[in-house]
Amino acid sequence: MRTEDLIDALATQTPPTPPALPMRRIGVAAGLGALVALAVLLAWLGMRPDLHLAMRTGFFWLKLAYSASFAVAGAALVDRYGRPGGEGRWRWALVFGPIVLLALIAMVASHGEGMARMHRDMMGHSWMFCPWRILALAVPSFAASLWAFKRLAPTRLGLAGFAAGLFAGGVSASVYCLACDENTALFVVTWYTLGILACGGVGALLGPRLLRW
Amino acid sequence: MSAIEAELKELMLRGLDGDAAAHRRLLSLLSVRLRAFFRGRLGGHAADAEDLVQETLMAIHTRRATFDRAQPLEAWVYAIARYKLIDFFRRAKVRATVPLEAADNVFADSDVESGAAKADLDRLLGALPQRQQDLIRAMKIEGLSVAEAAERSGMSPSAVKVSVHRGLGALTRRLRGGGDAH
Repeated sequence: MRTEDLIDALATQTPPTPPALPMRRIGVAAGLGALVALAVLLAWLGMRPDLHLAMRTGFFWLKLAYSASFAVAGAALVDRYGRPGGEGRWRWALVFGPIVLLALIAMVASHGEGMARMHRDMMGHSWMFCPWRILALAVPSFAASLWAFKRLAPTRLGLAGFAAGLFAGGVSASVYCLACDENTALFVVTWYTLGILACGGVGALLGPRLLRW
Repeated sequence: MSAIEAELKELMLRGLDGDAAAHRRLLSLLSVRLRAFFRGRLGGHAADAEDLVQETLMAIHTRRATFDRAQPLEAWVYAIARYKLIDFFRRAKVRATVPLEAADNVFADSDVESGAAKADLDRLLGALPQRQQDLIRAMKIEGLSVAEAAERSGMSPSAVKVSVHRGLGALTRRLRGGGDAH
């Protein structure tokens, strides 16, 4: 086919394009991913029995806000790395800012405690399960983010994959808050962060395979 | 922003808003620049270059919604062009014939931003004997002349040329499909 003919053909389909396309797509992905993760959570782990009480404590909302911040950061990175030549720059601060903040909170909260107490605080009773559950519940959101990328154009596939994984981890951890009854900042900043970053890592590995276009 | 870049961006924005004529003109102007870009990197192989021009135009068209209006247009266009070029070389491993010049021109673009492309380069070069590797890196990536490379390596200029030629020949055979599975 001659290039001029191709151009003619392409130019016949130029509807106005929706603005902020990456954010729209990832927004839909967040909704779908959260819904499916919630369904899986209810069937698998169930909500924590004291949910009504927990929701009255500030710490419940702190956990939720911390988790959701990674969904936001991931979405912000998708918005960059989903575009050709996109660079993240300051958006990476959205990833590390909350971690630093919660780490400080954890340090303040455990100030003056002995090592044994701090160790208990950090391990809780579910440290062995927590990151794996976050990974598992992230699968629907990650699949949804792959759908989101179908209309995008990432040129740095590892970073785009990391963004998608981080986003999925954030959605997953947010949903997981409904089941998880750990209540120390030390636990959350250790195991939630680990689980969410692991989602990012898996995304980074899968990106070059799954995000080609 | 140069006058050309300003005009292209204006056309792009009007196309994004639904102006088909502006979009057509944009694709037409971009095709000229893309042709020069790809011919420069494929040793003038017109058929492959034109394939890439068309692939890139299609990508620009189908993914135009990923353009951020606040950003420069050229960076966006060339990011797509480089992405398609790297993909071309990745697929070239299983192509029937890749001319010697194609291997030579992998190094023409020093602005390789993709880590995957750099890894591919390292892997391709890594299979060569050390002397050929060093000479090819010196001449093709660092941009040394034959005389400079000869002085650095302590070889005669003609020995340098023979070694580089042999190295590129070996690369060509690897690109033809004798190399490792991806």
